[in-house]
Amino acid sequence: MFELIQQITNVYGAAGRETAVADLIESLLKDKVDSIRRDAMGNLICEKKGTDPNGKRIMLSSHMDHIGFIVAAVEKEGYLRVAPVGGINLAVSRTRHVCFANGVQGVIVQQPVKAGETPEMKHIFIDIGAADEAEALSMIQLGDIAVYAPDCFRLGQYRVAAPAMDDRVACALQVAVMQELGETKNTVIAVFSTQEEVGCRGARTAAYSVDPDIGIALDVTGHGDTPETKLPSVKLGDGAAVKIMDRGSISNPQLVNDLLAAGERAGVKTQREVLPYGGTDASAMQLSRGGVIAGTISIPCRYVHSACEVIDLRDVEAAKGLLLEYLK
Amino acid sequence: MDLKTICELPGISGREEPVRKAIYTECVVKLGEENVMIDRAGNVIAHKAGKKADAPRVMIAAHMDEVGLMVVSAAEDGLLRVCAIGGVDPRVLVSKRVKVGYGENQIDGVIGAMAIHQQTAEDRKHVLPISQLYVDIGAKDKAEAEAKAPMGTPIVFDTPYTEFGENKVLVKALDDRVACYNMLRLLDCDANCDTWFAFTSQEEVGCRGSEAAAFRINPDIGIALEGTSANDTGNLPECQQVCAQGKGVAISFMDKATIAQPEMFREMIALAQEKGIPHQVKMAVAGGNDSGPMQRAHTGAKTCVLSVPCRYIHSPSTICDLYDVEAQYQLVKAFLEK
Repeated sequence: MFELIQQITNVYGAAGRETAVADLIESLLKDKVDSIRRDAMGNLICEKKGTDPNGKRIMLSSHMDHIGFIVAAVEKEGYLRVAPVGGINLAVSRTRHVCFANGVQGVIVQQPVKAGETPEMKHIFIDIGAADEAEALSMIQLGDIAVYAPDCFRLGQYRVAAPAMDDRVACALQVAVMQELGETKNTVIAVFSTQEEVGCRGARTAAYSVDPDIGIALDVTGHGDTPETKLPSVKLGDGAAVKIMDRGSISNPQLVNDLLAAGERAGVKTQREVLPYGGTDASAMQLSRGGVIAGTISIPCRYVHSACEVIDLRDVEAAKGLLLEYLK
Repeated sequence: MDLKTICELPGISGREEPVRKAIYTECVVKLGEENVMIDRAGNVIAHKAGKKADAPRVMIAAHMDEVGLMVVSAAEDGLLRVCAIGGVDPRVLVSKRVKVGYGENQIDGVIGAMAIHQQTAEDRKHVLPISQLYVDIGAKDKAEAEAKAPMGTPIVFDTPYTEFGENKVLVKALDDRVACYNMLRLLDCDANCDTWFAFTSQEEVGCRGSEAAAFRINPDIGIALEGTSANDTGNLPECQQVCAQGKGVAISFMDKATIAQPEMFREMIALAQEKGIPHQVKMAVAGGNDSGPMQRAHTGAKTCVLSVPCRYIHSPSTICDLYDVEAQYQLVKAFLEK
């Protein structure tokens, strides 16, 4: 699982620029599913037909996009002014190494602010080593997006840190599930969605075209097991988190029970999750067309939306066991 | 319809009827009644079949509504209490002339507040919120005010169309009548695409009209035409100016509503370069518009936003450069005829 996570987190894929991630995942799944297609939003939709013609359509959704910095202007001196794409935390971004789709590297820098002034995005620039505006524009264009540079490494025996762990760890999980999934009664549609970080935009159109009976988002969640953090009361290593509620959706209670029961049958650890903030693709699936039974399985993750998002491989394995049992 | 006429028509969000009527009439004259409809959300949707059978279904959207005020109640002294419709900046309101109501019942008014003589030093430090402003229609008491301007009466800025400077225009509601004006001109273009022109309602209160229009049209490609803020005044560093007047149509890579599919954004830039159409990249991620509902209706569409830079948008007096207006028209025309 570590190798797969490493492979998928190493690929460039800002929100709205997910093509390279989709290409990689397509290559990993092309012999494992019945059909693969993409839509106008760039979603990768992989369908595996069920054996029962009256079976349900179950949509899984993990998002390929990663938060980033979009180039809005270039200074005469060659520095890039940027705007956030998704929920950027400035405090953890200063002097971070970033990269663009074309391989251009950069460093995020915050210019000095006046005493008492709160640093904002307008105080941030990216130094890409260009001498002036012309050189900068020969390296990047307005509208290009920088992301935290790939840096996937193991942390202790079970844990892994990487930027874009949100939500590539769930992409890796979803790939593994589809690779190992045998014959099933129900049709399973694995959607690798786009633009979740700017408001679950990809999942909205994917859910419309997939038209599922049940939708399960796979995403990371926060943690409550480091100093001075309490919510959500989810711990790394304590298993797959079955979401009860977040700001975007209230999970269908029957689905929550079914997922917890599947975890028990599979003999994997699960924990219940109530998140007082955030949202997942479940929010978009749930409100598609006439409404969809929806929920989320979360991988507990520390330091979400930083360049070092940390997960525990045991939780990923637990989620895989749960899903394989549920889909069976 | 000329730019003067379409800008001077009153039509706040949800009360676009004078604009809708004029646009519908012109669409029917140009495309025939069978190709034009008004939907239940108040959008005018005009269809022009493309010359190519396999051409994509393209939706072009410009919104009819403008920001303004609405009457909430009348006080004993005959002054009207009002609320904002859309994003109105209270700092620009005091002492501006307005038109209250539409058509033959329309009356003049002025947005009032305490005169400078009555203000304390403390008062002068603060901006009066809209809840403390009123509209004076010369009514002697509550009964007269209620008879002339009952609750819910729409109020628009009263700023006549003025041409000034070199190629510049000053008027209210350039956001987004300037694009409605261009879209009416585009009805005549020689489109290859299967083109659906949506003159939308209620954009300023959350893109409500376009949600219904995009659902009905179900486009492959969506292009939102906007009047966007040109912030090219004062001492702002160039990188914070968003876009500038006289530099052509502004092409957006991202705003609060959408990230333009990069192939659409690049195609528009390449097309403008190829045809020699003046253009600029909008240098800010700001504002939302009808591209959002278009991008995410049904199974999704590729979208982009093309804007005319306008100074002082959402204020009583907005300014645009006719050179940029022409550039927006030419770029959309080139796209549809491609």
